Amino acid sequence: MKEFSGKVLFLDRSDINTDEIIPAKYLTEITKEALKPNLLEDLTLTGFNAKEDIKDKAVLVTRANFGCGSSREHAPWALEVNGINVVIAESFARIFRQNMYNCGMFAIELPKDTIEYLFENYAGKDTSITIDIAKDKIIVTSSDKSEEIDFKVGEFDKTLVKEGGWVGYADKNY
Amino acid sequence: MGKTIAEKIFDTHRVNMPFPDTHVLKLDRVFCHEITTPIAITDLMARGMDRVFDPTKIKAVIDHVTPAKDSKTAEQGKILRDWARRQGIKDFFDIGRNGVCHAIFPEKGFVRPGYTVIMGDSHTCTHGAFGAFAAGVGTTDLEVGILKGVCAFHFPKTIKFVLNGTLKPGVYAKDLILFIIKELTVNGATNMVIEFTGPVVDAMSMESRMTLCNMAIEAGGTCGICYPDMTTVEYLWDFIKDEFSTKEDALKEYSNWISDADASYEKVYEYDVTNLEPMVTFGFKPDQVKTVHEMSGTKIDQVYIGSCTNGRIEDLRIAASILKDKKISDDVRAIVSPATPDVYSMALKEGLIEIFHNAGFCVTNPTCGACLGMSNGVLANGEACASTTNRNFNGRMGKGGTVHLMSPATAAASAIEGKITNSKVYQA
Repeated sequence: MKEFSGKVLFLDRSDINTDEIIPAKYLTEITKEALKPNLLEDLTLTGFNAKEDIKDKAVLVTRANFGCGSSREHAPWALEVNGINVVIAESFARIFRQNMYNCGMFAIELPKDTIEYLFENYAGKDTSITIDIAKDKIIVTSSDKSEEIDFKVGEFDKTLVKEGGWVGYADKNY
Repeated sequence: MGKTIAEKIFDTHRVNMPFPDTHVLKLDRVFCHEITTPIAITDLMARGMDRVFDPTKIKAVIDHVTPAKDSKTAEQGKILRDWARRQGIKDFFDIGRNGVCHAIFPEKGFVRPGYTVIMGDSHTCTHGAFGAFAAGVGTTDLEVGILKGVCAFHFPKTIKFVLNGTLKPGVYAKDLILFIIKELTVNGATNMVIEFTGPVVDAMSMESRMTLCNMAIEAGGTCGICYPDMTTVEYLWDFIKDEFSTKEDALKEYSNWISDADASYEKVYEYDVTNLEPMVTFGFKPDQVKTVHEMSGTKIDQVYIGSCTNGRIEDLRIAASILKDKKISDDVRAIVSPATPDVYSMALKEGLIEIFHNAGFCVTNPTCGACLGMSNGVLANGEACASTTNRNFNGRMGKGGTVHLMSPATAAASAIEGKITNSKVYQA
């Protein structure tokens, strides 16, 4: 199982698409590691600097419809090779969401109000998040406070996270 | 309670439900291209599982970057080519015989009503035009599909569009789907199947239905679906005539893949589209749609006619009818990319290539080309393209470029004027 704990990158926009996560020109790579320098390269967002802001981050918190567009699994891979194994959002595009779980990574949906609360209270601070799989809790910590937020994912999703992805599970069961 | 097509396909293909709302389906087709498949192949090799579930159900093509532009894309092609040979995949379309996946696979008769289809490409939803359940997936789902012939899905709800009236001259399936995406927004159909029904769809060719279904993903949809009918049978007839004694028999069989009248829908949208105008996108999301009239006069630098959305023969015929005896503006460059070798061949025979050539178009080989800025036709910073493709994302066709999505007719008229233009003055 992967690690699901660390510093948070906040991206305050909906509909961030997979072309923005990893541009098509890098799809000629045939290793995941090669995608590392180009994560979120084409994302235009006020105050966001890909080179500086991605460093040391392990969790991404964003708004609605994250990962829309192309089916490229290069998007979760580009996150993974940068050490980001968790994305928390109001909602996800279907293929991106499934790709995350297929790679044994977390794509967690939270209600719009909760996402708003996280942005209001934790964005711009040195915030960390840990996913407690056993208790279905997101533990959010910043310099001045810490709290737990419930989350819910399906049994299939959780199994894929625990098994490290879909290939291993499918090979055993089909 | 009746069933939708999606429910019927799920019920007939379900292997099991290992968890609540987790439907593992048997696959009739696994389609592969050289961008998303090589990593699946190398991963299978690394795991010591370099096998395929059924080489006759796997179809592969090199289409995104072809001919290879550099060593990396040559390597991607080689991985796919070597694998197809090694695994006995007969339907592999190499350089020279290749075309855009969602155009060439239907053209070869690989998709039938009631089928389940996956591919590592989001526009796999195109194949729903045949009454199939066809979904784009990532490389891991593709890998398992190749190895085991199964894929897991959460059950998609269905929304239905009933499209009444008739489209005006100069208004096409592309305008209709842009209008629909505007109505739904970019995530209005997430985790859902979109059924396109009604007299407008009944009157459409398979090419137009593919244009509609192709862009279901731009509203987040899992698959676009049209009901199979005699148009579907006619399109497939060369491939199915040994299976059925008459077209009517084929139609009867395929009619099993039509939603029941009392099927339950998440939502039903009903529109009379008789007054629909030609549509075009602005901005960087496919739901940012205005009428061509509203956007008229917007300057463009490049015109691109092609792709899995609008690179089929019908599209080239429409564009050529507008470009006949005309020249493109000195202020633009224009590219046409017939989607498959057969489309190219037909366009040659019909004199369409000559029309494009005389108008000043660059005619490329069949490829995904400029659509995703990976090979040819890349925009420079600050440039705009009038394009018949499906995505206007920021940087999609080149960093700093803008893409305006539109029909082939609007693209052709815009090429002549050098700015976004309604094709009606050029309609024969």
